[in-house]
Amino acid sequence: MSFELPKLKYALDALEPYISKQTLEFHYGKHHQAYVNNLNNLAAGTEFENATLEEIVKKSSGGIFNNAAQVWNHTFYFDQFDKDGCKEPKDELKASIEKAFGSVDTFKEEFTKAAATLFGSGWAWLVQNAQGGLEIVQTSNAGNPLSDGKKPLMTCDVWEHAYYLDKQNARPKYIEDFWKILDWKVVAERM
Amino acid sequence: MSFELPKLDYAYDALEPQIDARTMEIHHTKHHAAYTSNLNAALEGTGYEGKKIEEVLANVDKLSIAVRNNGGGYYNHNLYWKVLTPGGSNEPKGELKDAIVRDFGSVNAFKEAFSKAAATRFGSGWAWLVKNNKGLVVGSTPNQDNPLMSVSEVKGVPILGIDVWEHAYYLNYQNRRPDYVEAFWKLINWDVVADYFHG
Repeated sequence: MSFELPKLKYALDALEPYISKQTLEFHYGKHHQAYVNNLNNLAAGTEFENATLEEIVKKSSGGIFNNAAQVWNHTFYFDQFDKDGCKEPKDELKASIEKAFGSVDTFKEEFTKAAATLFGSGWAWLVQNAQGGLEIVQTSNAGNPLSDGKKPLMTCDVWEHAYYLDKQNARPKYIEDFWKILDWKVVAERM
Repeated sequence: MSFELPKLDYAYDALEPQIDARTMEIHHTKHHAAYTSNLNAALEGTGYEGKKIEEVLANVDKLSIAVRNNGGGYYNHNLYWKVLTPGGSNEPKGELKDAIVRDFGSVNAFKEAFSKAAATRFGSGWAWLVKNNKGLVVGSTPNQDNPLMSVSEVKGVPILGIDVWEHAYYLNYQNRRPDYVEAFWKLINWDVVADYFHG
């Protein structure tokens, strides 16, 4: 069994002008694909050959972990976007955010800060902890909150490849645009 | 006295086609400039203001993470601009060449080891040629760490370094980091590397 690059649920130009077609061509077509290919090569002939992606993310380390987690992270990242999606959290998700952060605006500020200040390559996450409460976490490189028993609800990729063609060093501008394409309905379904 | 963004010894377009002018300008005026001003801010009130950067880096374990990140970013980019020159200059020779051959077998074997370190550093970071009490070694560090830091796995004096943060090559090479690393060899100022080697 080998892993395959999941299909995007939208066209490569569907997130313009916030994320360019060119960025998605590389980010999805090259980076995400390379992680899939590397994972298949690294997992072949190991204890992880027939494992699920989530099992590999939870149990592996080193090169296999890096590539498996990057496959998981990118699939999760691309899947949460829709320019015409739900623009605000509602119902149970909204209530959970208000309980954890005070207000949706405060949450957005704190998440934006987490994404802006992650030094180097990595990810900012909204996660649900074992008690069901919501938290913001940062992970470096391929890091994934599943490793700490936390359930990811949404994520922002802050590897420079996610935004450099469009925004260069202006990571805050990329994060500002991230909010404009995030589909809160997808986030709610992950709870 | 605070640290200042150094002027480059060449124009932004001078390293073309290997490194494009737009990458150079953003890398120098945005990334390097931010590390420099953030370092100065992070050092305020630490007792390390006015110290040499090497002394700051040797003590990063006693200072804030902002000093480690920005001090490394300041120093590493200074070195990077210095070891590059339009079209490259010479090849390793004399004692530097002898040391490379002694420790890696040949200049080509060294280049292979260095290129591999640069290609396989996962995420953001640097690959280095380092002089230490074992001789010359190749290594890599994450983010803006470097071999002068107390926290670094590979320790010593860096005499050659390549930036493998995506910002160093993404506008020109996108996901093709190995192509950037290959192009890097055409830009090395081996006279400067020899100066660092002789310290």
